This record gives sequence, C-alpha cells and structure tokens, in this order.
Amino acid sequence: MDLQTLTYIVVGATFALYIGIAIWARAKTTGDFYVAGKGVPPVLNGMATAADWMSAASFISMAGLIAFYGYGGSVFLMGWTGGYVLLAMLLAPYLRKYGKFTVPEFIGDRYYGKSARILAVICLIIASVTYVIGQMKGIGVAFSRFLETDYDTGLYIGMGIVFIYAVMGGMKGITYTQIAQYCVLIFAYTVPAVFISMHLTGNPIPQLGLGSTMADGSGMFLLDKLDATMKDLGFGTYTDKVRISTFNMFVYTMSLMIGTAGLPHVIMRFFTVPKVRDARASAGWALVFIALLYTVAPAVGAMARLNLMNTIQPAPGQWIEVDQRPQWFRNWEKTGLLKFEDKNGDGKIQYVADKEKNEMVKVDRDIMVLANPEIAKLPNWVIALVVAGGLAAALSTAAGLLLAIASSISHDLLKGVFAPNISEKSELMASRIAMAGAIAAAGYLGLHPPDFAAGTVALAFGLAASSIFPAIMMGIFSKKMNKQGAMAGMLVGIGITLFYVFQHKGIFFIADWKYLQSWGSNWFLGVEPNAFGAIGAVFNFVTAFIVAKITAPPPEHIQHMVENIRVPAGAGAATGH
Amino acid sequence: MSKHASYWKANLRLVFGCLVVWFLASFVFGILLAEPLNSIRLGGYKLGFWFSQQGSIYTFVALTFFYAWRANKLDHEFGVRED
Repeated sequence: MDLQTLTYIVVGATFALYIGIAIWARAKTTGDFYVAGKGVPPVLNGMATAADWMSAASFISMAGLIAFYGYGGSVFLMGWTGGYVLLAMLLAPYLRKYGKFTVPEFIGDRYYGKSARILAVICLIIASVTYVIGQMKGIGVAFSRFLETDYDTGLYIGMGIVFIYAVMGGMKGITYTQIAQYCVLIFAYTVPAVFISMHLTGNPIPQLGLGSTMADGSGMFLLDKLDATMKDLGFGTYTDKVRISTFNMFVYTMSLMIGTAGLPHVIMRFFTVPKVRDARASAGWALVFIALLYTVAPAVGAMARLNLMNTIQPAPGQWIEVDQRPQWFRNWEKTGLLKFEDKNGDGKIQYVADKEKNEMVKVDRDIMVLANPEIAKLPNWVIALVVAGGLAAALSTAAGLLLAIASSISHDLLKGVFAPNISEKSELMASRIAMAGAIAAAGYLGLHPPDFAAGTVALAFGLAASSIFPAIMMGIFSKKMNKQGAMAGMLVGIGITLFYVFQHKGIFFIADWKYLQSWGSNWFLGVEPNAFGAIGAVFNFVTAFIVAKITAPPPEHIQHMVENIRVPAGAGAATGH
Repeated sequence: MSKHASYWKANLRLVFGCLVVWFLASFVFGILLAEPLNSIRLGGYKLGFWFSQQGSIYTFVALTFFYAWRANKLDHEFGVRED
C-alpha cells in the first residue's frame, strides 16, 4: 500500500477514535465543559495532562531544534520538565484547595477586585494565543506533508479541523480523548526512535543508544561521531555548542520553567482532581508521562541529524547527486519547507555551515521529526503513525488552550464582570464564538510565524512567566502582597516582555511592524526574545514588592483566605462562582 | 505558634530543600558547570551534556514524587489532612 493511503487510514482511524470519545462524553453543563466532573484519578489525570501539555512544540518541533542546536537545545528539555517541579510544589496543591475553576478567578479573589481579574484575563489571552500560533505552525507542517500540498493550504485545512474538534467537546470529552491521544502520541514517538536506535547502535532503548557506540564496527561512540562530522563541516561540535551564551541558556531555561507553572491550561488541570494530595500526585504522574517523551527526544534529535548528514554526504567529501535525491526529499520540497540550490552547478548538493557554499538553503527545523522515519528508511506504517501522533499532539493542546481562552472570555469576563446574569446557554455560545475568533487570529498569524513551532511556544511561555506566575505565587506565599503591587507587577512584567519581543519580532508578530531596529538584536545582556520571560518575571517581582511596600496592606479577610489555602484540611469540591 | 503556622513552616522547609536539588540538577550541573563536567564521561555521554538532556529530567520525576510523599506525611503529622 502506498504511503499516502496508509497515512489516510491511520490518521482517519485515530481521529474516529477521538471524535467517538468526544461524542460519547459530550459536555452537558458549563461545569462539565470547563473541568470535567471532579472524579478523574491522578494517574489518568496525569496522562491527560501530559497529552494536553505535549503539543506540536514537543512532538513535531523540539527534537528538530535539538538536532540543529545540539547542546543548546537542552533549554527545552530542562525547561519544559523542570516547570512541573515548580507547579507541583508552589502552585497546584494550593490552587486545588482554593477550589474554583479558572486562574483569573483566583487572581480576582486574591487581589480583591475585578480589575485584577480583567488584567489576568488579558495576560492569559495574549500568552495563549501566542501558544496557539505555535500549534498552528506544527499543524500546518503536518497537514502539508500528509496531503502533499504547500504549507499555507495545510494550515487552512488544519484550522478547520481544530475548530470542529475544539467546539465539539468540553473538557470532559477532552479528558478521556486526551488519554487516548497520549497513548497514540507516545507510541508514535517511541517506535521510530527504537528502530533508529537499534539500527545505528544495536541498542533498542533510545536513552541508552544515544550513549552507545555505533553499530558500524568503528567502535566510535555515536555522540563522538556526530561531533566529528559536524565539526568537519564547520557546524561546531554537537555536545557543547552553547545557545548564544551560558547566561542566555540559563534565563531561557528559567523562562520556560516558570512559564510552565503560569500557563492556564495546565494549571486548570489541577482544579479537576478530588483532593489536595491528588493534585500533588497528578503533577508527579504527568511528569512521568512527559519524561517518557522528553528523554527520548534528545536521541531522536541527535540520530536524525546524523542520518540527515549521512544521506547528503554518504562518505566524507562525497555529496549526493541532485537527481538521486531520495523521495522524502522531493516530497518535502512540495511543502516549500525544504529547498536546495545547486550554487556551484556541479549537480551535487553540498551541506556545510558556510552560508556562501551551503546548498541546503532551507531546512525548516519543524520537518525533522516527521521526516526522520523516512530519512531512516523505516517502513511506511511507521511514517503514517508519526503523522497521526504529531496531529494528536497538536490537536490536543490546541483544544485545551482554546478552552482556556474561551473560558476566560465567557466565564471570567462576561459572567464574572460584564454580564453576571448571562444564561448558561449564552455563556456556552460566547465561549464557542471566542474559540472561533482565537483560531482565526492564530491561524492568520501562523502563516508567517515568529519562529519555529517550539520557538513560538517559548515566546508564549515567556509571556506567562512574566505575568501570571509571579502574581499567583506571591498570592500564596506572601500574605502582605496587595492588589496594587500585584497589578503593577503584572503590568510591568508583561509590558516589558512584550516590548522586547515585539521589538525583535514585530508588533503582534507581524514582521513589518518591527520598531527600534537600530538597537539591534538581543541587546539586553545578550538575551534572545524567546528567553526574556525570566527577566520580565524579575521586573514583575521587584515592582510588586516596591508598590506593595508603599501602599495599604490587603484587607483582613484576604489574609485569612491566604492562610486557609495553605492548609489542605477543609478542601471542598471545586465550585463555580 | 499555632498548628497551622508550624505546618506552613515545615512545608516551606520541605519545598526549599527540594528546590535546591531542582536547581543543582538543571541550572548548576546542566548549564553553569556543564563545561567542566563534560571532561567526565558516562559511556558515550559527556556528564554535563547528560545532565542537561537526561539526568535533570530523571531528577525532576523523582523529586516530584518525593515531595508528594513528604507533603502527605506532613499533612498527617500536623493533623491537617482533608478527611
């Protein structure tokens, strides 16, 4: 059977499964729509959280970035797992004890006022929409390859499917659907990795294969071989190539970690468990299921890079002939994401670091994971499976995020602030309209995304890190933090981060709308915009403490509320309003 | 000191201890000291590289479960369990 037919079958079968589950568990009331009745056990909640969490950025994009950044790509691995430690210890148990549905609700109550709640909603929407842009990039890449069209067409089709998918089920549908999605995506991610690790090193466990010797009889360690190959071609050694600077890597990692603990769709998960101790356990289980993919990803990245180099340069100094380039190469050319140019006209493709001589003029990082099984000449069913897994990852996260956006608009803004008497039916309708709007905006911006999928998502994390995380954390750990301090902190944190990001990437990520170009790039201590969230968070904390010092302390009952959420005893089920 | 205040203090101590390990496994071994650690090998892995792409993640998993276990015990000791 040819690849395209097989891909249709595998993708179709997995979709039928998800949609079947969504229909079976269709949301009936708004309570269900947001948080799925409260009876999800920690292991399953952890698995669903992992699916929700691991998006196109983790599945499709991350290993590709690691393949090209080498050691520098570690920021994603540490950042997107270490954040769970913060989440488990600093936020999840207390927010569960507090027991309401959304993050802005907490911020509004803790900082006694609608203005704090509205500000939190705005920060959250900015971060979430940016996140969805990253997902759209991944979805566009996957659909364009699978349907063999150009990237833009793939993106439009993807937008339609995300919309149908997200509107159909609420979180209840999504919780059980996401358990199925986790199974599909982890299987799809590890199977090719096992094959490739086996083939290259003889060790079927990718985590061990990456540290093993090559099976080609040379006795050389795989990583040493990769280092040597890359160095020869001027790319710099793989295992110690720093991303910009050590300081930049430090803040990049920090930004992703605290962003993890500040993103609404992940935090919301912990409102759904029955007890405070389940919130702690859920974070642990989520991390186990995430770590399964995250410890395989470095092997996928390194091995994909090695295989790519070996395809283009089968033996030292011997380059592949243009008309003998493999089928996968031609297929990706159709999407416009892979391009070569025979600059010296020798009928061969040279792939070197030197920009003048390099003939692989475009290798979109986001194609690496999807192309990987083809490059390694794995059987067609494995390739079809990877496409299905990539779509599962992208769709599940896009759906979770759209739900967070929808709930913050309909629940926090409309019902909570502007139209308290709105009926359940109108609230549900408003949330669906909000979803459609968010998909359209993110899809449009996804046509020219600010970065590769994982890079775009990193920007979203930076925005959450600089605004939401400090406000929640201070709300729990500092009884004296008041409304004025927290709000000033959020404003300054997200304001300064947006200023830095938009200066580099353009206002609202529209490249024509860049400003202050004369300041150059990465001018703040050599920090790239993707990593700036941690700096924004520092500004947030400092501003908040100074303002809180010089304004009136929070009222007595708020300080009592803080004391109350610190202690597990007396947690009831989550309530609405 | 009230029961709740001493519970909170014990909890903060636990969290702080865990965060020290969290910081060491990632920021210190994986980033700040990665270069010197890279002279030590763990099979085909250089140690600093291993921490940044493998070891830190394993540490995080262990740490989260350790924290959950200890925090649940604290709830018991101070009699502040939910049920």
